[in-house]
Amino acid sequence: MAQIEEANIETYKHLVSERALSGETMLLNMGPQHPSTHGVLRLLLELDGETIITCIPDIGYLHTGVEKNMEAKTYQKAEVMSDRLDYMNPIGNNLSYVMAVEKLVDLDVPPRAQALRVILTELQRLNSHLVWIGTASLDLAAQSMFLYSFREREDILDIFELVSGQRMMTTYFRPGGVWRDVPVEFEQAVRAFVHMLYKRVDEYEGLLTKNPLFIDRMAGIGKLSLADALSYGVTGPILRASGSDWDLRKKRPYMGYEQYDFSVPTHNAGDCYARFLVRVQEMREALKIIEQALNKLPLGPVHSNNRKFVPPPRAEIGVSMEALIHHFKLWTEGFPAPKASIYSAVESPRGELGVYLEGDGGPKPYRVHWRTPSFENLGALPLMTKGFLVADLIAIIGSLDIVLGDIDR
Amino acid sequence: MDHKLELIVQSMQAEFGARVEEFRGETHIFVEAPRIVEALTALRDTHDFKLLSAMTAVDYWPQESPRFHVVYQLTSVTKNASIQARVAVGGEQPELPTASGVFASANWREREVFDMFGIRFAGHPDPRRILMPTDYEGHPLRKDHPLGYEEPQFTFNFDEIRLAKPSPKE
Repeated sequence: MAQIEEANIETYKHLVSERALSGETMLLNMGPQHPSTHGVLRLLLELDGETIITCIPDIGYLHTGVEKNMEAKTYQKAEVMSDRLDYMNPIGNNLSYVMAVEKLVDLDVPPRAQALRVILTELQRLNSHLVWIGTASLDLAAQSMFLYSFREREDILDIFELVSGQRMMTTYFRPGGVWRDVPVEFEQAVRAFVHMLYKRVDEYEGLLTKNPLFIDRMAGIGKLSLADALSYGVTGPILRASGSDWDLRKKRPYMGYEQYDFSVPTHNAGDCYARFLVRVQEMREALKIIEQALNKLPLGPVHSNNRKFVPPPRAEIGVSMEALIHHFKLWTEGFPAPKASIYSAVESPRGELGVYLEGDGGPKPYRVHWRTPSFENLGALPLMTKGFLVADLIAIIGSLDIVLGDIDR
Repeated sequence: MDHKLELIVQSMQAEFGARVEEFRGETHIFVEAPRIVEALTALRDTHDFKLLSAMTAVDYWPQESPRFHVVYQLTSVTKNASIQARVAVGGEQPELPTASGVFASANWREREVFDMFGIRFAGHPDPRRILMPTDYEGHPLRKDHPLGYEEPQFTFNFDEIRLAKPSPKE
């Protein structure tokens, strides 16, 4: 059994100030089971009264060795591991992984599958932002927000269940397309949800945006300058709240994002309140994208016709020997990928979610590395919290929107 | 390769003698291990690659020597360009100079590479493990580190496995 390590000052001597060594300042352990750390995050704080001098994040409690595990699975089977990284964004993780595989083996995706991917990824972004707006305001004692946002999230999970049979770990996207076409109820369900959420986002803003208590807790707290944000590798809404308009959907369009009309909300303040405003605005933009993608949703196949990578339809197996061979080869051996490496990134609700994928000519990835946005975003936490109060730390962690499964992998 | 990246690659080749590879529109430049920090600084300051998007390592044991490649994936937000710097490192005690002075995010990324591959970074301000427990032995993402698994418990080996399992009563 692993021993629980005590907060030994010797281990952290090079990280804390000299005053901690003499006992003038206090070392306080926060987590890993603290409700406001959004998972199993442990923070070691050096405090002068209530002011934070140093904050030392301690991660790895949720480390599951996803990268090592994926090396032992074929490209198709490794995909299910990607759902389990960032459990608030499983569909986005699927997208990141299948896009990496498609880039490595040079596989096409038909337009209908691309549009479906966009709709579902944007729904997932809304899901993630809804959970964030609920939990982050719960941390600041705005309890009713949590109930409202989880009520809406339920509808999104119902849509996921409708298309894939699963509410969270969907594995709906597959290399070369999606698992199967959406049922006829899909369009109506999404339209009803989008129509409803437009009004609900206004309601959330009515509850929070001009609320003086909320502004007091958020404005001016956890400032991050643009130069620091880039140096710390911070991406996503946090970077955009610091004044950059870096959004991969806009700058390097993938899955046909270039055909949708949406704006990238930015803010210059770089504090918690700016991150809140950016994310709320992003929810509206996501709704706009979903509406447009639904209106334009092309008809046609939902997976690539390249039988070396995509299994043939069931009906064909009974009549075509070649289809049977392809099916058999794909499900026993998998498909080979060239001996080369690629890096492919998408814009997840938290920032740049990248996959470094290397093949060795065989059916299993030689190396998979996940560049997860929460990891880098949390890395900037010590900088953001310096000089703020413990109560502000709660607001800052909330505004970072970290997911520990994303950090520890 | 587009024009702006071509100029950058040419200047890196002239300055660092970097070998260049291309695949699916991505550009990889290979830099010598002692000059990696210099190369990263040049990329950041001269060529405006301010964002270290990802940093990781790959283990090519046993087929290649030196066995590791450390990968720096850099992004320029202003130029909307990407470039990958790679450096080969090997030996009994693989070591590289730290890039945490160039990119703040390299601090955690290098801790992760050390944790997973056992590559040390000279001059790193906080050289602890980051994901694995502090008393863990070995570096799990090395190719000579076993994946490890638990044997499934079926009827025929039920008792055998039950005896080997730690019991809560003990």
